[in-house]
Amino acid sequence: MTTLEEFRMETRAWLEDNCPQEMRKPVTVEEDICWGGRNWTFKSPAQKQWLERMAERGWTVPSWPKEYGGGGLSGDEVKILKEEMTRINAMSPLESFGIWMLGPALLEYGSHEQKLEHLPKIARGEIRWCQGYSEPGSGSDLASVQTKGVDMGDHFLVSGQKIWTSYADKADWIFALVRTEPDAKKHKGISFLLFDMTSEGVSTKPIRLISGSSPFCETFFDEVKVPMENVVDERGNGWTIAKYLLTHEREMVSNLDAIFGGSAGLYETAAESIGLDETGRLDDPLLRSDIGDFLVDEMALTAHLATARDFHRAGNQLGARSAELKYLGTELNKRRQSLVVQAGGLEALSGPEENYGIGSQSASWLRSKGNSIEGGTSEIMLSIISKAVLRLPSLG
Amino acid sequence: MELFSSEETLLKDSAAGFMSEHAPVHALRDIRDQKEALGFNQELHKTLADMGWFGMLLPEEAGGYDFGHRSAGLVAEEMGRNLTASPFLSTAVLSAIALRQANGEHLSEWGPKIASGDAVIALAIDEGAKHNPSRIKATAEPDGNGFVLNARKRAVFDGYNADRLIVVAKTGAETGLFLVDPSAAEVEIERNAMLDSRNAANIQITNLHLDGKDLLCPLEDGAAVLEATLRSGRAIAASEQLGVAREVAERTTAYLGERKQFGVPIGMFQALQHRLADLYCQIEQTASLISAAQRAIDTTSDSADELTRAAKAKVAKVSRTATEEAVQMHGGIGMTDEVDVGLFMKRDRVLTEMLGDSAHHVDALLKKRGL
Repeated sequence: MTTLEEFRMETRAWLEDNCPQEMRKPVTVEEDICWGGRNWTFKSPAQKQWLERMAERGWTVPSWPKEYGGGGLSGDEVKILKEEMTRINAMSPLESFGIWMLGPALLEYGSHEQKLEHLPKIARGEIRWCQGYSEPGSGSDLASVQTKGVDMGDHFLVSGQKIWTSYADKADWIFALVRTEPDAKKHKGISFLLFDMTSEGVSTKPIRLISGSSPFCETFFDEVKVPMENVVDERGNGWTIAKYLLTHEREMVSNLDAIFGGSAGLYETAAESIGLDETGRLDDPLLRSDIGDFLVDEMALTAHLATARDFHRAGNQLGARSAELKYLGTELNKRRQSLVVQAGGLEALSGPEENYGIGSQSASWLRSKGNSIEGGTSEIMLSIISKAVLRLPSLG
Repeated sequence: MELFSSEETLLKDSAAGFMSEHAPVHALRDIRDQKEALGFNQELHKTLADMGWFGMLLPEEAGGYDFGHRSAGLVAEEMGRNLTASPFLSTAVLSAIALRQANGEHLSEWGPKIASGDAVIALAIDEGAKHNPSRIKATAEPDGNGFVLNARKRAVFDGYNADRLIVVAKTGAETGLFLVDPSAAEVEIERNAMLDSRNAANIQITNLHLDGKDLLCPLEDGAAVLEATLRSGRAIAASEQLGVAREVAERTTAYLGERKQFGVPIGMFQALQHRLADLYCQIEQTASLISAAQRAIDTTSDSADELTRAAKAKVAKVSRTATEEAVQMHGGIGMTDEVDVGLFMKRDRVLTEMLGDSAHHVDALLKKRGL
């Protein structure tokens, strides 16, 4: 037996012994997802136990080095762990922006002290992070951020406003883009700062969307004191880290699976609500034609994501091509959700607004409109492709 | 992004190099301008066979190399990029697969001739303006030990001057594939000039007496053999059409960097950039779908039929957008015969109709989903 086969057998046995039965089912409600943090209320003792057992082995972040709370596993081993978890339907023990975003950024750019301080707490689910990037005046033109950090010698005084900060009201710490070098050029004046959300001067306000309540918040900073040592990498190098994270493909590919994988039951909804004609075809030829176009594109994107995953697993960088996947995935999801509502007709539009729970067809449709805005608009994705892939001439 | 094996990479590179050198777009232009009835160059056909490409889908015992559909697709894509005129789809794909699936004595007789480039065999299936295998009217009435064949076939690709025809006809509810010698007196063949300047024929067969051994396979297997044949044909035709789309998209992208108006390259305008970027994304996901379909056929996966239909449907849409955008973005010069864009547009439209357009395959996919 090869080492990898042994690893698989050991992993299988360990999961069998340690994954609580209750944690072996698909995620159905939001509380099934464990985000951790100081204020986290575990849904059940099993959820807590599962997190602790996985964190103990470093398997909440299996690829991170052991000294920082990770599992120190190789790419192949991580893949096996995921396969074995999928085999028994095990839920992910912990999800967080710390795992997806800050961790990779610190591993790449952080000092040894910063890694030792922050990574193990992410791995154990003790500190929950949020991301402070966008501002009211800085959306697609993210590098124009105006939130300022005034140099006070041993600390900065940070003032300004962030927006679209997911779970800012629930997070313990924030990683934020802050203009600390007012005299430097646009892209060179930003630093990547880490600070505690309980610091004096931090306040948050949730944002209600057209689809109902949301994790998004407005976040306000009023002379928040941030120690100088909380700058990641060099001062003024925040944009480099932000760009690194924006194209952080692993997160991108898995997120796309999440957006894309959620079956909205289009085909079932259409058959039930419209019915079939005497030839066995959907009794609405024009909607049927639109569904047919969608079906083909859905198959194409499924194949394309599989290609991208294989390419990435073989050790290749997706680079600018992650923009292509983001564009295709989000635009397709918008079409899917719109078709679901069209197929569902008045039924899909019924119900009082406060009942637009997660999973309702109308709420999913409305929420999907944001897919092609968040994380870089479709227009920005197309501009990235024009410039970086097609090499068309650009204005700047 | 597709990961190729070293054999596949080698094949792709050698096909790209060969087609652009020996069978480029201007070779098709010559065929058209010289009104060559054959619609392809016989010497080129022989050379393509010498490269091993006409035996790719045939088993070794029938003179082939058994490379599989993904490999055949890689070669076809380069043919699409260069508008290479050859009887590849008709003979090396459709007829080779029909003979192989039927697996009778005809395979050992005709397989080696296909592989060596010594025979052109055309599949005579379509009868109306649109491809529709479920509405075949040609009949083969049982007659003693044989059959009497009556058929009126349209747009038989490479059917002019072919060495043999594989004619699809109904015997009652069953489907027969008959190997027909086109020199028989009962077979009338008329050269059908088509938009892409390639070889096509209209064929009338009247009371042709056939022996039982002219049947490729027993009647009860006919429908399955035909379906497998069409599936392979769709999968490889999709690659050729992808080649068309990729080539015109790349040529258009290059042109946008050269053509200046208002003092700047027109590729600087976002109104054009975003359309080309969207096209690029569509082409890339189509490429993945086509590859998945071909690999599914090679691994006899259950999803092969659906993937192949989806691939054929999707590439037709994408390639149409590519050729139409190419003409529009080239502007007036794109309307001239001097620029190749129009030739791609013409071949593209024929490939769309060949073996079923988008609507045909999408309808089949929806029916399979109970819609």
